[in-house]
Amino acid sequence: MIVQMEHYLVVSALMFFIGVYGFISRKNMIAVLISLELMLNAVEINFSVFNRYLYPERLEGMFFTLFGIAITAAETAVALAIIINVYRHIGDINIRKMNKLKD
Amino acid sequence: MDIASLLIFYALAAFMLGMSLLAVTARRVLHAATYLLFVLIGTAGLYLLLNYHFLAAVQLSVYAGGIVILFIFAIFLTNEHDSVSEKHRPLRLILAGLGAVSGLCFTVLVAFTHLFKNYSANTTILGDNEVNMKIIGNTLMGTEKYQYLLPFEMLSILLLACIIGGILIARKQ
Repeated sequence: MIVQMEHYLVVSALMFFIGVYGFISRKNMIAVLISLELMLNAVEINFSVFNRYLYPERLEGMFFTLFGIAITAAETAVALAIIINVYRHIGDINIRKMNKLKD
Repeated sequence: MDIASLLIFYALAAFMLGMSLLAVTARRVLHAATYLLFVLIGTAGLYLLLNYHFLAAVQLSVYAGGIVILFIFAIFLTNEHDSVSEKHRPLRLILAGLGAVSGLCFTVLVAFTHLFKNYSANTTILGDNEVNMKIIGNTLMGTEKYQYLLPFEMLSILLLACIIGGILIARKQ
């Protein structure tokens, strides 16, 4: 008896939509970024699960996960730099205060 | 062994889902970052369960060692009036919950009804074929079909651009 693939998919889908919920409901920019990390993490789990269960003799999904992790790291670094810069200009990282471009 | 891996999977799944729920509902951002760390460690456990040992190591070192530390530094740098007082409008929460639940239902429905092409044939291979480190290295450095030297180099350029951009954006004028 082995863990069914659908169970992995359910776990990653749950994690993804928990991330979606946080992405919509949070107001702190760093908390929104944390929700984004949850979503990306769920997607990467999916890649490696599909690789292991459907094409176990190939490596594409695993390498996609590997590159995805690296791209996530880069994206987080730039996003946090932007958030720190916003904090320096406005003094707050609440999303509702990000309306300077409207004026 | 099989029962053990089943039990480990369900324990890990429950742990990860609980921690991700806490990560999106925690009042303090620092707590949310800590819960995110636990989710990422649990994901490394899932990769180990899938026999992707290298991936688990990368997950631990890049995510748990790099990204979470970055998050914590950013939280400390931007945390004068802590966001405990962050008020939620209930309508927004309900809308977010509705959207997430409907998306989840749709996705799970598709995952259970879709027939995956190679699925039933291959469940016996799953046991103990850990990907050899030598194969990973050759695949990452090769230039033939299904080998990844070009994306690897693109990634190094992306990281360089990221370093420069991060310094440029975050430095003081």
